[in-house]
Amino acid sequence: MTPTGLMTPAAPVRRPSGGALVDQFEYGLDAPICLTWELTYACNLACAHCLSSSGRRDPRELTTAQCEAVIDELQRMQVFYVNVGGGEPTIRPDFWHLLEYAVDHQVGVKFSTNGVRITPERARLLAGTDYVDVQVSLDGATLEVNDYVRGPGSYDTALRALRNLRDAGFEDAKISVVCTRENIGQLDEFKAIADEYGATLRLTRLRPSGRGADVWDQLHPLPHQQRELYDWLLAHGDKVLTGDSFFHLAPFGEPLPGLNLCGAGRVVCLIDPVGDVYACPFAIHEHFHAGNVLTDGGFAQVWRNSPLFTELRSPQTGGACAKCEFFDSCRGGCMAAKFFTGLPLDGPDPECVQGYGEHALGDARVIPAAGQDHSRRTPTRNQPVMLKLLTRPPVSACAESPLADFDPTQS
Amino acid sequence: MSMLDEAWAVSPSVALRPEPFGALAYHFGNRRLTFLKRPELVRVVTSLSTHADVRQALVGAGVPAEQHDAYAAALAQLAATDMIRPRHKPEDDR
Repeated sequence: MTPTGLMTPAAPVRRPSGGALVDQFEYGLDAPICLTWELTYACNLACAHCLSSSGRRDPRELTTAQCEAVIDELQRMQVFYVNVGGGEPTIRPDFWHLLEYAVDHQVGVKFSTNGVRITPERARLLAGTDYVDVQVSLDGATLEVNDYVRGPGSYDTALRALRNLRDAGFEDAKISVVCTRENIGQLDEFKAIADEYGATLRLTRLRPSGRGADVWDQLHPLPHQQRELYDWLLAHGDKVLTGDSFFHLAPFGEPLPGLNLCGAGRVVCLIDPVGDVYACPFAIHEHFHAGNVLTDGGFAQVWRNSPLFTELRSPQTGGACAKCEFFDSCRGGCMAAKFFTGLPLDGPDPECVQGYGEHALGDARVIPAAGQDHSRRTPTRNQPVMLKLLTRPPVSACAESPLADFDPTQS
Repeated sequence: MSMLDEAWAVSPSVALRPEPFGALAYHFGNRRLTFLKRPELVRVVTSLSTHADVRQALVGAGVPAEQHDAYAAALAQLAATDMIRPRHKPEDDR
């Protein structure tokens, strides 16, 4: 078994020449085309499904000078744009400086925000800067659905940011939605919000990563909702972005627009706030840790030579899934989704639309311990409270009353 | 007149990044990413500006004459997203 538990051939295989682009991507690129860089673990919110378990800043986070050095290296590697996230990246005091520094060094920036710092003034600055894209997170088309997972006040914050951007003349902001059991029925409403703000809708998949592991069972779309999502994506394909999130749905029929390939370590990777490099943004765990930009000779060195990435760039046999007639369309699905639900990496995705994942989830499995946790240690006022009215009878009488079965005449 | 007889060049807002299969072209203006899947195509594209027309660039890159039309079609696709543009077009017309 190899370090990641993927099935790889014993001998290294040479890259073929020509052929489909997706086959070339399997062997990796000289530099990523979709690099996510999380600038801080600090966040004003405490979303229930946070991929990076963010909340508190890490004291080891890269300094301004270290961040500039990373940008210099990205420029040398010709990484033409970077997806900046967190945490909430805009609460780093040097965020606006780093944004300008990147753009001035031919590294375009698309940053994700909950909107907290997108004031009218900042919106005007953004509208006047080339090569910047803003992505505002919104996980419900209504306040109730959004704030249920993202916390009180977060809906208003996001819509205020979108309004400020529109009013400042910022064109084509993105509204980024994590698709859950609660909001799949709101896709048309999300689209209407995007249209209202002159924005583009971006839908992504709920991953059981970070704090998402704690709520995945409760929030991941049900099988019939997967179908609903797939049909909606097919109908709106070219007008909606997905970050290639939903290739596990391809076996429903025709493939969705995008690569339909797990790009982890091949075309995709993540740099975290302390400079650790992981195979993808959904895999912040030592199992997918390729190296560190400070201690392992820089980002290019890690990207090109880390043993983990070399392994991910070897063709994989697909294990149990290889026998499935749909293997060519989904290629076994998302590695992170399997890992964090305790499923084998060479088996089906937990949300496999053929139902193999559901079956596998029923078998004995061990959910891996969290790799890191920067969640706040004490509750905050905007922490989501994911409670619902009790729909089942209490399990015992004392769950109803502390005096259950107590008879004072008998004591 | 066919594209083969025209003078073309890589657009000023485009950067090419070498890759094992060829190259990746990024347009900083319209933010499109395109892949040049063959090393021969990369040689043609990067040498457009130093040849009087596309045909000479193809000959210079060693592309056999019977493939010229296929390459012209690939170049037309690159032109559709402004990865390359005709050289007579003023540079400030962006």
